[in-house]
Amino acid sequence: MIQFRDVHYQVKDKQILTAINFAISTGEAVTIVGPSGSGKSTILKLLAKIISPSSGSIEVNEQNISTLPSASYRQQVSYCFQQPVLFGKNVRDNFQFVYDIRAKEYYENHVLETLASLDLKPEILDQEIADLSGGEKQRVALARNTIFMPQVLLLDEVTTGLDLTTKSLILDWLADLNAKQNVTIIKVTHEEDEIAASTRLLEVNEGRLTENGK
Amino acid sequence: MENNLAVTPATLVITFALVIFAMVISYKQELGLTKDIAWGITRAIVQLTIVGYFLKYIFNVNNISLTLAMVVIIILNAAWNSSKRSNGLPNSLLISILAMTLATSVCLVVLIASGSLKLVPSQIVPITGMIASNAMVASGLSYRSMDSLFRDQHQQVLEKLALGATPFQATKTIIQEAIKTGMAPTIDSSKTLGLVSLPGMMSGLIFAGVDPVKAIGYQIMVTFMLLATTSLSSITVVYLGYKQYYNDEEQLVR
Repeated sequence: MIQFRDVHYQVKDKQILTAINFAISTGEAVTIVGPSGSGKSTILKLLAKIISPSSGSIEVNEQNISTLPSASYRQQVSYCFQQPVLFGKNVRDNFQFVYDIRAKEYYENHVLETLASLDLKPEILDQEIADLSGGEKQRVALARNTIFMPQVLLLDEVTTGLDLTTKSLILDWLADLNAKQNVTIIKVTHEEDEIAASTRLLEVNEGRLTENGK
Repeated sequence: MENNLAVTPATLVITFALVIFAMVISYKQELGLTKDIAWGITRAIVQLTIVGYFLKYIFNVNNISLTLAMVVIIILNAAWNSSKRSNGLPNSLLISILAMTLATSVCLVVLIASGSLKLVPSQIVPITGMIASNAMVASGLSYRSMDSLFRDQHQQVLEKLALGATPFQATKTIIQEAIKTGMAPTIDSSKTLGLVSLPGMMSGLIFAGVDPVKAIGYQIMVTFMLLATTSLSSITVVYLGYKQYYNDEEQLVR
Protein backbone atom coordinates (compact mmCIF):
# COMPACT_ATOMS: atom_id res chain seq x y z
CA MET A 1 0.00 0.00 0.00
CA ILE A 2 1.30 3.43 -1.02
CA GLN A 3 -0.12 6.52 0.67
CA PHE A 4 0.58 10.20 -0.14
CA ARG A 5 -0.59 12.41 2.74
CA ASP A 6 -0.83 16.14 2.03
CA VAL A 7 2.42 16.14 0.07
CA HIS A 8 3.82 19.52 -1.01
CA TYR A 9 6.97 20.01 -3.03
CA GLN A 10 8.65 23.26 -3.91
CA VAL A 11 11.99 24.28 -5.38
CA LYS A 12 13.12 27.67 -4.03
CA ASP A 13 9.99 29.83 -4.48
CA LYS A 14 8.35 27.65 -7.12
CA GLN A 15 5.53 25.41 -5.93
CA ILE A 16 5.65 22.17 -7.96
CA LEU A 17 3.12 20.04 -6.06
CA THR A 18 0.36 21.14 -3.68
CA ALA A 19 -1.56 19.02 -1.19
CA ILE A 20 -1.28 15.68 -2.98
CA ASN A 21 -3.32 12.90 -1.37
CA PHE A 22 -3.89 9.44 -2.80
CA ALA A 23 -3.52 5.76 -1.99
CA ILE A 24 -2.49 2.89 -4.23
CA SER A 25 -3.01 -0.72 -3.25
CA THR A 26 -0.45 -3.46 -3.74
CA GLY A 27 -0.64 -4.97 -7.24
CA GLU A 28 -2.47 -2.01 -8.79
CA ALA A 29 -1.54 -0.55 -12.19
CA VAL A 30 -1.94 3.21 -12.14
CA THR A 31 -1.37 5.80 -14.85
CA ILE A 32 -0.51 9.40 -13.99
CA VAL A 33 -1.51 11.89 -16.65
CA GLY A 34 -1.44 15.64 -17.09
CA PRO A 35 0.14 18.38 -19.16
CA SER A 36 3.93 18.82 -19.38
CA GLY A 37 5.32 20.49 -16.26
CA SER A 38 2.26 19.63 -14.16
CA GLY A 39 4.31 17.61 -11.65
CA LYS A 40 3.71 14.01 -12.82
CA SER A 41 7.35 12.96 -12.86
CA THR A 42 7.90 14.73 -9.53
CA ILE A 43 5.36 12.37 -7.94
CA LEU A 44 7.37 9.37 -9.20
CA LYS A 45 10.68 10.87 -8.06
CA LEU A 46 9.23 11.56 -4.60
CA LEU A 47 8.03 7.99 -4.39
CA ALA A 48 11.46 6.72 -5.52
CA LYS A 49 13.09 8.87 -2.81
CA ILE A 50 15.20 10.62 -5.44
CA ILE A 51 13.84 13.83 -3.93
CA SER A 52 11.97 14.49 -0.66
CA PRO A 53 8.70 16.35 -0.03
CA SER A 54 8.86 19.89 1.35
CA SER A 55 6.02 18.87 3.67
CA GLY A 56 3.60 15.99 4.11
CA SER A 57 4.47 12.32 4.16
CA ILE A 58 4.73 9.35 1.85
CA GLU A 59 4.11 5.93 3.31
CA VAL A 60 4.77 2.52 1.83
CA ASN A 61 3.35 -0.43 3.75
CA GLU A 62 2.45 1.99 6.55
CA GLN A 63 6.04 3.17 6.99
CA ASN A 64 7.11 6.73 6.29
CA ILE A 65 9.70 6.31 3.53
CA SER A 66 11.90 9.10 4.95
CA THR A 67 12.69 6.77 7.85
CA LEU A 68 13.70 3.83 5.63
CA PRO A 69 17.29 3.19 4.46
CA SER A 70 17.34 4.73 0.98
CA ALA A 71 19.40 2.18 -0.97
CA SER A 72 17.44 -0.89 0.11
CA TYR A 73 14.15 1.03 -0.30
CA ARG A 74 15.04 1.95 -3.89
CA GLN A 75 15.76 -1.70 -4.63
CA GLN A 76 12.10 -2.36 -3.82
CA VAL A 77 10.59 0.77 -5.36
CA SER A 78 12.42 0.98 -8.65
CA TYR A 79 12.40 4.06 -10.88
CA CYS A 80 12.87 3.78 -14.68
CA PHE A 81 13.92 6.94 -16.49
CA GLN A 82 12.47 8.17 -19.78
CA GLN A 83 15.92 8.25 -21.34
CA PRO A 84 17.91 5.65 -19.43
CA VAL A 85 21.69 5.87 -19.17
CA LEU A 86 23.47 2.56 -19.56
CA PHE A 87 26.98 2.53 -18.16
CA GLY A 88 30.18 0.50 -18.40
CA LYS A 89 31.75 -0.90 -21.55
CA ASN A 90 28.95 -3.21 -22.56
CA VAL A 91 25.45 -4.34 -21.62
CA ARG A 92 26.74 -7.03 -19.26
CA ASP A 93 28.36 -4.40 -17.01
CA ASN A 94 24.91 -3.00 -16.26
CA PHE A 95 23.64 -6.32 -14.95
CA GLN A 96 26.89 -7.02 -13.13
CA PHE A 97 26.34 -3.71 -11.31
CA VAL A 98 22.91 -4.66 -9.91
CA TYR A 99 24.38 -7.92 -8.58
CA ASP A 100 27.43 -6.11 -7.15
CA ILE A 101 25.41 -3.53 -5.21
CA ARG A 102 23.53 -6.38 -3.53
CA ALA A 103 26.75 -8.34 -2.91
CA LYS A 104 25.31 -11.24 -4.90
CA GLU A 105 27.13 -13.45 -7.36
CA TYR A 106 26.38 -12.64 -10.99
CA TYR A 107 24.04 -15.25 -12.47
CA GLU A 108 23.95 -14.95 -16.25
CA ASN A 109 21.19 -17.49 -16.88
CA HIS A 110 18.73 -15.34 -14.97
CA VAL A 111 19.87 -12.26 -16.90
CA LEU A 112 19.36 -14.10 -20.20
CA GLU A 113 15.84 -15.19 -19.17
CA THR A 114 14.90 -11.60 -18.36
CA LEU A 115 16.40 -10.36 -21.62
CA ALA A 116 14.51 -13.04 -23.56
CA SER A 117 11.23 -11.97 -21.95
CA LEU A 118 11.86 -8.57 -23.56
CA ASP A 119 12.76 -10.18 -26.89
CA LEU A 120 16.49 -9.46 -26.56
CA LYS A 121 19.04 -12.02 -27.72
CA PRO A 122 21.95 -13.28 -25.54
CA GLU A 123 24.50 -11.62 -27.86
CA ILE A 124 23.36 -8.22 -26.66
CA LEU A 125 25.27 -8.75 -23.40
CA ASP A 126 28.57 -8.23 -25.24
CA GLN A 127 27.37 -5.27 -27.26
CA GLU A 128 28.78 -1.84 -26.56
CA ILE A 129 26.28 0.70 -25.25
CA ALA A 130 26.87 3.08 -28.16
CA ASP A 131 25.78 0.39 -30.63
CA LEU A 132 22.29 -0.06 -29.13
CA SER A 133 19.11 1.43 -30.61
CA GLY A 134 16.74 3.51 -28.46
CA GLY A 135 14.32 0.58 -28.13
CA GLU A 136 17.10 -1.81 -27.13
CA LYS A 137 18.44 0.64 -24.55
CA GLN A 138 15.00 1.03 -22.99
CA ARG A 139 14.42 -2.73 -22.84
CA VAL A 140 17.88 -3.36 -21.36
CA ALA A 141 17.16 -0.66 -18.75
CA LEU A 142 13.82 -2.28 -17.87
CA ALA A 143 15.51 -5.68 -17.58
CA ARG A 144 18.18 -4.08 -15.35
CA ASN A 145 15.48 -2.67 -13.06
CA THR A 146 13.69 -6.01 -12.78
CA ILE A 147 16.51 -8.59 -12.54
CA PHE A 148 15.75 -8.49 -8.83
CA MET A 149 12.00 -7.99 -8.99
CA PRO A 150 10.91 -4.86 -7.11
CA GLN A 151 7.56 -4.55 -5.32
CA VAL A 152 6.82 -1.29 -7.13
CA LEU A 153 7.92 -0.26 -10.62
CA LEU A 154 7.84 3.46 -11.44
CA LEU A 155 7.89 4.20 -15.16
CA ASP A 156 8.56 7.72 -16.36
CA GLU A 157 7.36 7.87 -19.99
CA VAL A 158 9.37 4.79 -20.86
CA THR A 159 7.53 4.15 -24.15
CA THR A 160 7.80 7.70 -25.49
CA GLY A 161 9.54 7.81 -28.84
CA LEU A 162 9.61 4.05 -29.35
CA ASP A 163 8.28 2.29 -32.47
CA LEU A 164 4.87 0.60 -32.21
CA THR A 165 6.24 -2.96 -32.08
CA THR A 166 8.68 -2.22 -29.24
CA LYS A 167 6.07 -0.19 -27.40
CA SER A 168 3.49 -2.95 -27.64
CA LEU A 169 6.07 -5.54 -26.51
CA ILE A 170 6.99 -3.46 -23.45
CA LEU A 171 3.33 -2.83 -22.53
CA ASP A 172 2.51 -6.55 -22.75
CA TRP A 173 5.59 -7.37 -20.68
CA LEU A 174 4.55 -4.84 -18.01
CA ALA A 175 0.97 -6.19 -17.96
CA ASP A 176 2.43 -9.64 -17.42
CA LEU A 177 4.59 -8.46 -14.49
CA ASN A 178 1.56 -6.82 -12.95
CA ALA A 179 -0.77 -9.80 -13.43
CA LYS A 180 1.57 -12.72 -12.70
CA GLN A 181 4.06 -11.26 -10.22
CA ASN A 182 1.73 -8.77 -8.53
CA VAL A 183 4.18 -5.91 -9.10
CA THR A 184 2.57 -2.52 -8.46
CA ILE A 185 3.06 -0.42 -11.56
CA ILE A 186 2.80 3.36 -11.58
CA LYS A 187 3.52 5.04 -14.88
CA VAL A 188 3.55 8.52 -16.30
CA THR A 189 2.57 8.76 -19.93
CA HIS A 190 1.29 11.08 -22.65
CA GLU A 191 0.39 8.20 -25.00
CA GLU A 192 -3.36 8.26 -25.73
CA ASP A 193 -3.69 4.49 -26.26
CA GLU A 194 -2.01 3.75 -22.91
CA ILE A 195 -4.26 6.25 -21.14
CA ALA A 196 -7.35 4.70 -22.75
CA ALA A 197 -6.28 1.21 -21.66
CA SER A 198 -5.58 2.25 -18.06
CA THR A 199 -7.64 0.80 -15.23
CA ARG A 200 -6.92 3.72 -12.90
CA LEU A 201 -5.93 7.29 -13.67
CA LEU A 202 -4.44 10.03 -11.51
CA GLU A 203 -4.63 13.38 -13.24
CA VAL A 204 -2.32 16.20 -12.22
CA ASN A 205 -2.82 19.82 -13.24
CA GLU A 206 -0.57 22.66 -12.12
CA GLY A 207 0.74 20.58 -9.24
CA ARG A 208 -2.68 19.52 -7.92
CA LEU A 209 -4.43 16.18 -8.19
CA THR A 210 -7.57 16.90 -10.17
CA GLU A 211 -8.83 13.41 -10.77
CA ASN A 212 -8.38 10.15 -8.95
CA GLY A 213 -10.47 7.34 -10.35
CA LYS A 214 -11.01 4.61 -12.88
CA MET B 1 79.49 25.08 0.26
CA GLU B 2 78.38 28.70 0.17
CA ASN B 3 81.44 29.54 -1.94
CA ASN B 4 79.67 28.06 -4.95
CA LEU B 5 76.66 30.34 -4.55
CA ALA B 6 77.06 33.78 -6.00
CA VAL B 7 73.71 35.48 -6.45
CA THR B 8 74.54 39.14 -6.05
CA PRO B 9 72.15 42.07 -6.47
CA ALA B 10 73.90 42.74 -9.80
CA THR B 11 73.09 39.19 -10.97
CA LEU B 12 69.43 39.71 -10.06
CA VAL B 13 69.28 42.98 -11.98
CA ILE B 14 70.82 41.33 -15.06
CA THR B 15 68.45 38.35 -14.94
CA PHE B 16 65.54 40.77 -14.49
CA ALA B 17 66.25 41.79 -18.10
CA LEU B 18 64.78 38.42 -19.10
CA VAL B 19 61.52 39.41 -17.43
CA ILE B 20 61.52 42.68 -19.39
CA PHE B 21 62.06 40.60 -22.53
CA ALA B 22 58.96 38.49 -21.69
CA MET B 23 56.93 41.64 -21.03
CA VAL B 24 58.00 43.20 -24.34
CA ILE B 25 56.97 40.04 -26.21
CA SER B 26 53.61 40.03 -24.41
CA TYR B 27 53.07 43.70 -25.33
CA LYS B 28 54.13 43.33 -28.98
CA GLN B 29 52.08 40.17 -29.46
CA GLU B 30 49.07 41.72 -27.68
CA LEU B 31 48.86 38.74 -25.32
CA GLY B 32 47.46 40.91 -22.53
CA LEU B 33 49.90 39.34 -20.06
CA THR B 34 52.09 42.37 -19.36
CA LYS B 35 50.15 43.40 -16.24
CA ASP B 36 50.00 39.80 -15.01
CA ILE B 37 53.76 39.33 -15.46
CA ALA B 38 54.47 42.61 -13.65
CA TRP B 39 52.10 41.71 -10.79
CA GLY B 40 53.47 38.16 -10.60
CA ILE B 41 57.09 39.25 -10.50
CA THR B 42 56.36 41.99 -7.93
CA ARG B 43 54.60 39.53 -5.67
CA ALA B 44 57.40 36.99 -6.09
CA ILE B 45 60.06 39.55 -5.13
CA VAL B 46 58.14 40.87 -2.11
CA GLN B 47 56.99 37.45 -0.85
CA LEU B 48 60.37 35.78 -1.26
CA THR B 49 62.22 38.68 0.38
CA ILE B 50 59.91 38.61 3.38
CA VAL B 51 60.07 34.82 3.60
CA GLY B 52 63.87 34.90 3.24
CA TYR B 53 64.28 37.21 6.22
CA PHE B 54 61.55 35.40 8.16
CA LEU B 55 63.20 32.00 7.62
CA LYS B 56 66.57 33.43 8.61
CA TYR B 57 65.01 34.62 11.86
CA ILE B 58 63.32 31.26 12.52
CA PHE B 59 66.48 29.30 11.75
CA ASN B 60 68.50 31.53 14.06
CA VAL B 61 65.99 31.32 16.93
CA ASN B 62 65.77 27.51 16.49
CA ASN B 63 62.70 27.16 18.70
CA ILE B 64 60.41 24.10 18.42
CA SER B 65 57.18 26.02 19.10
CA LEU B 66 58.02 28.59 16.45
CA THR B 67 58.92 25.82 13.98
CA LEU B 68 55.63 24.02 14.61
CA ALA B 69 53.74 27.31 14.27
CA MET B 70 55.39 27.71 10.88
CA VAL B 71 54.30 24.18 9.96
CA VAL B 72 50.72 25.03 10.94
CA ILE B 73 50.78 28.24 8.88
CA ILE B 74 52.04 26.32 5.82
CA ILE B 75 49.33 23.65 6.26
CA LEU B 76 46.53 26.20 6.68
CA ASN B 77 47.66 28.16 3.64
CA ALA B 78 47.86 25.02 1.50
CA ALA B 79 44.44 23.89 2.73
CA TRP B 80 42.87 27.26 1.99
CA ASN B 81 44.28 27.30 -1.54
CA SER B 82 43.27 23.70 -2.18
CA SER B 83 39.70 24.26 -0.96
CA LYS B 84 39.30 27.12 -3.44
CA ARG B 85 39.47 24.50 -6.21
CA SER B 86 36.41 22.69 -4.87
CA ASN B 87 33.88 24.99 -6.53
CA GLY B 88 32.11 25.84 -3.28
CA LEU B 89 31.84 22.30 -1.93
CA PRO B 90 30.46 22.41 1.65
CA ASN B 91 33.10 21.80 4.35
CA SER B 92 35.89 21.85 1.76
CA LEU B 93 38.18 23.98 3.96
CA LEU B 94 37.80 21.54 6.84
CA ILE B 95 38.37 18.57 4.53
CA SER B 96 41.46 20.24 3.05
CA ILE B 97 42.89 21.04 6.49
CA LEU B 98 42.44 17.39 7.44
CA ALA B 99 44.04 16.19 4.19
CA MET B 100 47.03 18.54 4.44
CA THR B 101 47.54 17.76 8.14
CA LEU B 102 47.37 14.03 7.54
CA ALA B 103 49.68 14.04 4.52
CA THR B 104 52.21 16.38 6.13
CA SER B 105 52.26 14.80 9.56
CA VAL B 106 52.55 11.22 8.29
CA CYS B 107 55.51 12.13 6.07
CA LEU B 108 57.22 14.27 8.72
CA VAL B 109 56.83 11.58 11.39
CA VAL B 110 58.26 8.90 9.09
CA LEU B 111 61.17 11.10 8.03
CA ILE B 112 61.98 12.15 11.59
CA ALA B 113 61.55 8.62 13.00
CA SER B 114 63.81 7.16 10.31
CA GLY B 115 66.49 9.73 11.14
CA SER B 116 66.38 11.28 7.65
CA LEU B 117 65.25 14.57 9.08
CA LYS B 118 66.18 16.41 12.27
CA LEU B 119 63.68 18.42 14.27
CA VAL B 120 65.37 21.69 13.39
CA PRO B 121 63.68 24.53 11.51
CA SER B 122 66.17 24.56 8.63
CA GLN B 123 65.05 21.01 7.76
CA ILE B 124 61.45 20.88 8.94
CA VAL B 125 60.23 24.11 7.33
CA PRO B 126 61.47 23.50 3.75
CA ILE B 127 60.35 19.85 3.77
CA THR B 128 56.92 20.83 5.14
CA GLY B 129 56.60 23.39 2.35
CA MET B 130 57.53 20.75 -0.22
CA ILE B 131 55.03 18.23 1.15
CA ALA B 132 52.20 20.72 1.62
CA SER B 133 52.56 22.29 -1.82
CA ASN B 134 52.40 18.88 -3.49
CA ALA B 135 49.43 17.89 -1.32
CA MET B 136 47.78 21.19 -2.23
CA VAL B 137 48.19 20.64 -5.97
CA ALA B 138 47.08 17.00 -5.80
CA SER B 139 43.99 17.71 -3.71
CA GLY B 140 43.10 20.73 -5.85
CA LEU B 141 43.23 18.57 -8.97
CA SER B 142 41.14 15.89 -7.26
CA TYR B 143 38.50 18.43 -6.22
CA ARG B 144 38.25 19.82 -9.75
CA SER B 145 38.14 16.42 -11.36
CA MET B 146 35.50 15.17 -8.92
CA ASP B 147 33.31 18.21 -9.53
CA SER B 148 33.48 17.97 -13.32
CA LEU B 149 32.86 14.20 -13.21
CA PHE B 150 29.79 14.71 -11.01
CA ARG B 151 28.49 17.21 -13.58
CA ASP B 152 29.27 14.99 -16.59
CA GLN B 153 27.88 11.84 -14.97
CA HIS B 154 24.96 13.40 -13.11
CA GLN B 155 22.34 11.27 -14.88
CA GLN B 156 24.41 8.11 -14.51
CA VAL B 157 24.78 8.66 -10.76
CA LEU B 158 21.02 9.25 -10.45
CA GLU B 159 20.39 6.07 -12.40
CA LYS B 160 22.65 4.05 -10.10
CA LEU B 161 21.00 5.50 -7.00
CA ALA B 162 17.58 4.66 -8.44
CA LEU B 163 18.75 1.07 -8.93
CA GLY B 164 19.42 0.89 -5.20
CA ALA B 165 23.11 1.73 -5.03
CA THR B 166 24.55 3.48 -1.99
CA PRO B 167 26.22 6.84 -2.64
CA PHE B 168 29.62 5.12 -2.52
CA GLN B 169 28.56 2.47 -5.04
CA ALA B 170 27.00 5.11 -7.30
CA THR B 171 30.14 7.27 -7.13
CA LYS B 172 32.87 4.61 -7.17
CA THR B 173 34.07 5.34 -10.72
CA ILE B 174 34.14 9.09 -10.00
CA ILE B 175 36.11 8.48 -6.79
CA GLN B 176 38.68 6.34 -8.62
CA GLU B 177 39.05 8.80 -11.49
CA ALA B 178 39.38 11.85 -9.22
CA ILE B 179 42.10 10.19 -7.11
CA LYS B 180 43.97 9.14 -10.25
CA THR B 181 43.81 12.69 -11.61
CA GLY B 182 45.22 14.09 -8.36
CA MET B 183 48.12 11.67 -8.34
CA ALA B 184 48.90 11.68 -12.07
CA PRO B 185 51.37 14.62 -12.18
CA THR B 186 53.49 13.16 -9.35
CA ILE B 187 53.48 9.69 -10.90
CA ASP B 188 54.33 11.11 -14.34
CA SER B 189 57.16 13.26 -13.03
CA SER B 190 58.58 10.36 -11.00
CA LYS B 191 58.87 8.37 -14.25
CA THR B 192 61.04 11.05 -15.85
CA LEU B 193 63.17 11.93 -12.83
CA GLY B 194 66.79 12.36 -13.87
CA LEU B 195 65.88 11.94 -17.55
CA VAL B 196 63.88 15.11 -18.12
CA SER B 197 64.16 16.97 -14.87
CA LEU B 198 66.68 17.25 -12.09
CA PRO B 199 64.18 18.21 -9.42
CA GLY B 200 64.47 20.97 -6.83
CA MET B 201 65.85 19.08 -3.87
CA MET B 202 68.52 17.30 -5.89
CA SER B 203 69.42 20.38 -7.95
CA GLY B 204 69.68 22.45 -4.79
CA LEU B 205 72.04 19.99 -3.14
CA ILE B 206 74.21 19.62 -6.24
CA PHE B 207 74.22 23.40 -6.63
CA ALA B 208 75.40 23.69 -3.04
CA GLY B 209 78.28 21.34 -3.76
CA VAL B 210 76.94 18.04 -2.40
CA ASP B 211 78.10 14.86 -4.12
CA PRO B 212 75.48 14.03 -6.83
CA VAL B 213 75.23 10.41 -5.65
CA LYS B 214 74.36 11.61 -2.15
CA ALA B 215 71.94 14.16 -3.62
CA ILE B 216 70.20 11.36 -5.53
CA GLY B 217 69.65 9.50 -2.26
CA TYR B 218 67.80 12.55 -0.94
CA GLN B 219 65.83 12.87 -4.15
CA ILE B 220 64.70 9.23 -3.99
CA MET B 221 63.54 9.84 -0.43
CA VAL B 222 61.67 12.95 -1.59
CA THR B 223 60.05 10.99 -4.41
CA PHE B 224 58.77 8.37 -1.96
CA MET B 225 57.53 11.14 0.26
CA LEU B 226 55.73 12.99 -2.52
CA LEU B 227 54.00 9.85 -3.80
CA ALA B 228 52.74 9.18 -0.28
CA THR B 229 51.73 12.81 0.14
CA THR B 230 49.74 13.04 -3.07
CA SER B 231 47.97 9.73 -2.52
CA LEU B 232 47.08 10.58 1.10
CA SER B 233 45.80 14.04 0.27
CA SER B 234 43.88 12.98 -2.86
CA ILE B 235 42.28 10.01 -1.12
CA THR B 236 41.29 12.13 1.88
CA VAL B 237 39.67 14.97 -0.08
CA VAL B 238 37.87 12.62 -2.48
CA TYR B 239 36.59 10.17 0.16
CA LEU B 240 35.38 12.98 2.42
CA GLY B 241 34.40 15.27 -0.45
CA TYR B 242 32.09 12.96 -2.41
CA LYS B 243 29.77 12.68 0.61
CA GLN B 244 29.12 16.42 0.38
CA TYR B 245 27.31 15.81 -2.92
CA TYR B 246 24.63 13.85 -1.05
CA ASN B 247 22.22 14.62 1.76
CA ASP B 248 21.26 12.38 4.69
CA GLU B 249 18.63 10.63 2.57
CA GLU B 250 21.31 9.63 0.04
CA GLN B 251 19.96 12.02 -2.56
CA LEU B 252 22.21 13.85 -5.02
CA VAL B 253 22.02 17.50 -4.00
CA ARG B 254 24.71 19.21 -6.11
